[in-house]
Amino acid sequence: MNYSALLTPLLTQFLAVAVSVLLAPLMSGWVAQCRAWLSNRSAPPIWQPYARIAKLLRKDAVLAHEATALFRFVPYLLMGIMVVAAAIIPSLSTDLPFAQAADVIALVGLFALARVFTALAGMDIGTAFGSMGARRDMMVGFLAEPALLMVVFTSSLISGSTLLPTIAEYLQSQHLALHASLAFAAVAFIMVLLAENARIPVDNPTTHLELTMIHEAMVLEYSARHLALVEWASSLKLFNYVCIGFALFLPWGMANHADGVMWLLAALPPLLLKLAAAGFGIALIETLSAKLRIFRDPEFLGTAFLLAVLGLLVRLMLSH
Amino acid sequence: MNAPDLLPIALGVVAAWVCMGLAGFISPRSTRWVARVIFPLGALGSLVMAAVGLLALFAAPQSLVLPIGLPGLPLHLRLDALSGFFLFLLGSSTVGISTFASGYFREGEGTAPGLLGMQYHVFLAAMCMVMLAADAYSFMLSWEVMAMASYFLVISQHRMAEIRSAGYVYLLLAHLGAIALLLCFGVMMQGGIASLTFEAMRHAHLSPAWASVAFGLAVIGFGAKAGLVPLHIWLPEAHPAAPSPVSALMSGVMLKTALYGLLRVSFDLLHAPLWWWGVPLLALGLFGALFGVLFAAVQTDMKRLLAYSSIENIGIAFAALGLALVFHGVGLAVFAALALAAMLYHLLNHAFFKSLLFLTTGSVLHATHQRSLGKLGGLLRTMPWVGWTALIGTLAIAGLPPLNGFVAEWLLLQSFLFTPQIPEPFFNLLIPLGAAMLVLTAALAAYVMVKFYGVIFLGRAREPQLEQAHDVGWLERIGLLWLAAGCVLLGLIPTWVLQAIDRVNLMLLGKPLAQAGHSQMGNWFWLVPLSPDRASYSPVAILLVGLLVVGLTGLLTHRVYAGRVRRAAPWDCGAPGLTGRMQDSAEGFGQPIRRVFSPFFLMRVELPRPDDAEPRYRVSVEDRFWPQFYTPAAQAVLWLARQVGKIQQGRISVYLLYSFLTLLVLLMVVVR
Repeated sequence: MNYSALLTPLLTQFLAVAVSVLLAPLMSGWVAQCRAWLSNRSAPPIWQPYARIAKLLRKDAVLAHEATALFRFVPYLLMGIMVVAAAIIPSLSTDLPFAQAADVIALVGLFALARVFTALAGMDIGTAFGSMGARRDMMVGFLAEPALLMVVFTSSLISGSTLLPTIAEYLQSQHLALHASLAFAAVAFIMVLLAENARIPVDNPTTHLELTMIHEAMVLEYSARHLALVEWASSLKLFNYVCIGFALFLPWGMANHADGVMWLLAALPPLLLKLAAAGFGIALIETLSAKLRIFRDPEFLGTAFLLAVLGLLVRLMLSH
Repeated sequence: MNAPDLLPIALGVVAAWVCMGLAGFISPRSTRWVARVIFPLGALGSLVMAAVGLLALFAAPQSLVLPIGLPGLPLHLRLDALSGFFLFLLGSSTVGISTFASGYFREGEGTAPGLLGMQYHVFLAAMCMVMLAADAYSFMLSWEVMAMASYFLVISQHRMAEIRSAGYVYLLLAHLGAIALLLCFGVMMQGGIASLTFEAMRHAHLSPAWASVAFGLAVIGFGAKAGLVPLHIWLPEAHPAAPSPVSALMSGVMLKTALYGLLRVSFDLLHAPLWWWGVPLLALGLFGALFGVLFAAVQTDMKRLLAYSSIENIGIAFAALGLALVFHGVGLAVFAALALAAMLYHLLNHAFFKSLLFLTTGSVLHATHQRSLGKLGGLLRTMPWVGWTALIGTLAIAGLPPLNGFVAEWLLLQSFLFTPQIPEPFFNLLIPLGAAMLVLTAALAAYVMVKFYGVIFLGRAREPQLEQAHDVGWLERIGLLWLAAGCVLLGLIPTWVLQAIDRVNLMLLGKPLAQAGHSQMGNWFWLVPLSPDRASYSPVAILLVGLLVVGLTGLLTHRVYAGRVRRAAPWDCGAPGLTGRMQDSAEGFGQPIRRVFSPFFLMRVELPRPDDAEPRYRVSVEDRFWPQFYTPAAQAVLWLARQVGKIQQGRISVYLLYSFLTLLVLLMVVVR
């Protein structure tokens, strides 16, 4: 029996997850840095998120009197879900044995699980802000999820699969074929990405005003190691979403089944390049747009949904 | 396989249930006798029934003729894979419900416990007989016994006027449905053979037009029982009115008998369904699902919320059935099998999680005497057993992996992905919107369930007396745990469940899913419904890796720091005096839905004036179907009755004239 045939995918899998988990805060740091540059502020260092996580991990945790076991468990669970997601989403290589465990629909389900638990944790303490944040975040969720699924449907109609690695491999083999349907889907996906990751047109990750918060309001009561995990998980979520975007629309530069472990090293520079570009793009959008009123969000995400449906119809009618 | 005689065993359980019901009259006022002896025995019967159903799925069909009833009209019974699946559904979920019920019923609540136990077990027996019946006569007989038994269960608190009127609405809709069913069987009988048996109907040759009429009548008849929009109005009235185990039984099991009937009629008796039959079902189902979930989101009564959620879930099942009909009609049998499997899976899941949630509302009701969401809160701390099992039900019904609700949703979305292969040009462009509606419904269901769970079990108590709420007793715990375990298990072993469901596919479509190319749809670990390139799902892998990561994270964070935890008051923005009433109320949590989907609702908002000394804000949301559909319909019926009433003069001479005229007309007909 050929052990290397068994070992290589496992090693790839492990390395891919490790890279995602470790690079995720760097990505958040990079976005913050770009935002500071673009708005003419002096930028924090790029490893600021690591320093913050390290500081939070060392602190004493403060819990509200009302907090139940659910509240304490949620940060670990969020981390678990996001790491599982990172194991499914191809970032460096499409040769991921674990990716068979969940296709892209199940991935959307996993993100929904994370959202539901965050909302429940927000309601657990029983403050007005917690339940307000939970309600708002669930609203963003039910608006964004159909749009995301329509994007995914378009991609899987093109490639005939709902497994992310298969979709990415199919596109890789296509030699830069430009699908009009994917262009619509990509715009819709970027809008969903901003909404799902609490980015500016929908939510402001750096706000200190409780009344305008969505995601921050839910996690207002977390402190110390719980907060560190929540923040790490949200940066991992952003990283995961960006990588889903790469797999769906820009899979070039990833290693695949035929390649060995060494190819992962070759796949790292293109990934970093793509991440840097994506991070800069997010920062640019955030700098150029203003936060919407909460009841304009349905319009924003409705547009995303319509674009995604348009992409799907283009695919169905013109098969393009 | 040399199967034992399953049908007599099933009949034995049915007879045992009826006897148990009658045994309640030995001491009808004794809660101890009825609740502690009869209900647990009933649960044992359910266990046997579940086993019979499971074995029947893999056995050859068995038939029996019981010579009871009217002369010349014996009861034909048949146990095949379809009946087997639904008997398994009934048996496995009622094990939990009956066990719970044995701890639930108390002294002095409405109907005497003996009578209640009788109605309950007759209800169970009648539902089983519906699934076993193999001729129109015994089907209608069991169907009506089921309707009557459930009616009496709904009005068990009959001293309250609103409960009596809820029961009346239920009875009315049940009878409208029954009339449609009678007509449906009548149409199917006119295919040349004047026999009431299903066997004769299977061999009858109906013209497509008559078959469509029969199908339409079946949709109305079964739709009224299942709560298909616009025939749903009895659900949000009857479910809150009934005691919680009865709501669980009605929502979890009885609604499925209607889907069973529709499957029996459309795929089995009318054996050659036309593809377009699926289109109205798909449209009605998806609309009903969205309608149900939106109304669930704005409810303030916890049982009404769950009732609307049942409308949503039944809508999803109807949509899946519609999709299966379309695929089957255009000859894509494998995808039809996929959609049908998704539907059956969903029904099985719904029997577990909806029963579980209705039972938890019952416990909450007993402990707090509150059904209004705005007066609950924080019960996870005082009622941990109910709270944690309800959490499992909540996650399952919200369609989240790795629990059971997600699997059915996943299968249904997978089958929607094949709709571009339907060779109907306009239809296959519209159908992606159907998938979008389904996803929107699923996402809204998560919203609704966060509201349900968060408002009842999390946060602070909104009323001071909630701090004294007590947890449930051991029998209720067993019932809740059984159902919660079902939710988890059905989520973790999807391949085995699908292999069982595939027997129904084989029977109804002639083609199982497993034949599609891939061996046995994967194994216990991987679910691969069609091909490994296409899609796969492994809840066990997700769960294991997820738990591993959670464990590792916990270990690492505690290694970095010893983990001291200090308790403090929550953040109050520097303005002390947070109270439980400052959390989102149920109305508040539904507000984004009311705002985003305002055209759906009939809303009355009363805002305070600036100079009000005691400002009040009131908002009420009503079902549009009452004022815009049912009230006009009722008025039309009354008008018609008045017109007909004009010929009633009350004088004997006028009636003699009518008789004379009738005679004259008849003579003219005969002479010609």
